[in-house]
Amino acid sequence: MTQTGTAVDAPPSAEGGAAPKRPATEDRRQKWRSRRYRWDAKFSPYAFISPFFLFFAAFGLFPLLYTAWASLHRVELTAPTDMEWAGLHNYTRLFEDHFFWNSLWVTFTLAVLSTVPQLLMAMGLAHLLNYKMRGSSFFRVAMLAPYATSVAAATLVFAMLYGRDYGLINWFLGLFGVDEIDWKSGDWTSKIAISTIVIWRWTGYNTLIYLAAMQAVPHDLYESAALDGASRWKQFRYVTIPSLRPTILFTVVVSTIGSVQLFGEPLLFEEGAGASGGPDHQFQTLGLYLYEQGWRNLHLGRAAAIAWVMFLILVVIGIVFGLISRRLRKS
Amino acid sequence: MGLFGTFGFKEAGLYDEYEKLNPDITIKETVIERNENYYPQLLNHLTSNSGLADVQAIEVANIAEVVDTQSDRFVDLGKVDGASKDAFLDWKWQQATADDGKTIGLGTDVGPMAVCYRKDHFKAAGLPTDRDEVAKLWAGDWEKFLDAGRDFKENGPEGVAWVDSADAVYDGAIASSEGKYYDESGEVIYKDSQDVKDAWGIAATAAEEKLTGNLEQFTKQWDQAMSNGDFATISCPAWMLGYIQEKGGTKAEGKWDVAQSPKPGNWGGAFLGVPESGPNKDEAAKLVAWLTAPEQQAKLFAERGNFPSAPPAYDMEAVKTATNPYFGDAPIGELFSASAQEIPVQTIGPKDQVIDDNIGNGLQLIEQGKQDPDGAWDEAVKAVDNALDQ
Repeated sequence: MTQTGTAVDAPPSAEGGAAPKRPATEDRRQKWRSRRYRWDAKFSPYAFISPFFLFFAAFGLFPLLYTAWASLHRVELTAPTDMEWAGLHNYTRLFEDHFFWNSLWVTFTLAVLSTVPQLLMAMGLAHLLNYKMRGSSFFRVAMLAPYATSVAAATLVFAMLYGRDYGLINWFLGLFGVDEIDWKSGDWTSKIAISTIVIWRWTGYNTLIYLAAMQAVPHDLYESAALDGASRWKQFRYVTIPSLRPTILFTVVVSTIGSVQLFGEPLLFEEGAGASGGPDHQFQTLGLYLYEQGWRNLHLGRAAAIAWVMFLILVVIGIVFGLISRRLRKS
Repeated sequence: MGLFGTFGFKEAGLYDEYEKLNPDITIKETVIERNENYYPQLLNHLTSNSGLADVQAIEVANIAEVVDTQSDRFVDLGKVDGASKDAFLDWKWQQATADDGKTIGLGTDVGPMAVCYRKDHFKAAGLPTDRDEVAKLWAGDWEKFLDAGRDFKENGPEGVAWVDSADAVYDGAIASSEGKYYDESGEVIYKDSQDVKDAWGIAATAAEEKLTGNLEQFTKQWDQAMSNGDFATISCPAWMLGYIQEKGGTKAEGKWDVAQSPKPGNWGGAFLGVPESGPNKDEAAKLVAWLTAPEQQAKLFAERGNFPSAPPAYDMEAVKTATNPYFGDAPIGELFSASAQEIPVQTIGPKDQVIDDNIGNGLQLIEQGKQDPDGAWDEAVKAVDNALDQ
């Protein structure tokens, strides 16, 4: 655009010093207008980002606070509006609640059983995919396939594979003379079986994250290491791993949060068990116990307290990892 | 229509028939397979007054709780044209009636008990195969049922269990007793109830002596065992026949038969209620009255096997002469009618389902060899008390 004629839209300051000639109303309007410009500059950014915060307030913050409020009451699903003040009773009872401690233990063991092998395998696979080879993009897409399947579908298939009498896994072990394993009822076997579902679904996802980080490692680091006579393994240990430190921390945090909230897999693993996590509660995670209290036993207050305890556990985990990462940055 | 499980109205052609009679009405149904998922959702919709269908089904294990806590949210069906108290089994009508005389649901089906058994396995074990002879083996006493099981274990085919699961033995035994988990005044008494102790004792013995196949009902494993004939007997309320037929398929055809159970009892059944807030509640109430009338219940039994909760239906030809070809032409109409009229009147309570589930878990602990009967009972009590504690 070229400018022609008078600058109609020019800001007021461009009109020169003819201020005394102007009537008072004009003056006020000027002031008003400049104030509007100032406000515009000041508040517009907030307006632009407000949708997220409005949604968060409605669907995140409000439920969070309402859950906290509900957890201080005795309240049943049969009458959610009849709240009877209970103070901290729902929290203090958790200390002697054998089923709560059991679910905490189950959640912890499942987290370790699924996260550790998952991340180690992801690291190894990413390292292999990092080499130049044929069909590498095919492998990278294939890695994501399990992540794209639904939890329900994957769990139902695995539940069939782990069947006691007619499961494929027991049939295969039977070829080597191993006796039938009752995967679902065993204390550790059920946990291992559920971990494999989690491992299967998330390994590919983490592999791709590691791979992306590996490709960002400067190539000349490897070259100089090779010149110094470092083997492939040594290069991996002394160049790749240290460069990946922040990424590793990120995947550990995300996997840990995921493990604390584990719900779908144990719920669907044994159809008959429902929310109890097996007759011995041997795979009842925190999420499952919350669900059982709220939607099977209909005690919303108790369920709300468990939900808040889970939230606090996640906050603590967040703080711990935050401290670790600060440490790492300093070193 | 908001339903769970398999009511079979649609499959039996009852909707089409009603739409023909009332051209200005169309009936749609949404079905959730498992009641344990359906029921919390129903409560949620009732208490928030949104998302309700014109007609909602209620399972017998939940009816007491709904009557106790939600009765003002349902239409009184006792006052609807075409619904008459006399047409239903008395206890069935009472179960859905509040203290103030309001009836919030009309009974669809009941679950009179029998025992289904595999003729081929019985023959192999040297037991009788004729249904009257088989019924004599255990008439009047669940203990005798266990004796027959011991006999079977001794002489029967290898790798075939006497009965599918301890939990199902318990369900059958508790269904045929007078008392259950609550007393008349609504107090929870399961810990001291002799009926519960007896039923538990029978089931725990079956589990301990390895007479059960350790197969939890309604799981894939149980389905597969059904079609492969891995167990010889199963507690058989009327609606179970449909399951056996479906899961057993052609592989097990002609191998099953039905005999009277040790004691008559009721396991399962349901109700249809009409929420107050529905837009078409008057029409919905008429539909429910029609669907649960004796004629329609008889038709449903003939088509689908759900046994009527309306005694006038028992005298209708469709019920009286009903036989089931899959079960060796067993005279199921006669058999279940006899059982239905002998059902003891049980006191039911709001948390029956929760108590039942946790007791079932306890029995599984014995089957899986994790606990002895006493230890398992303690575990079950711990779980029940935790579940009941608000």
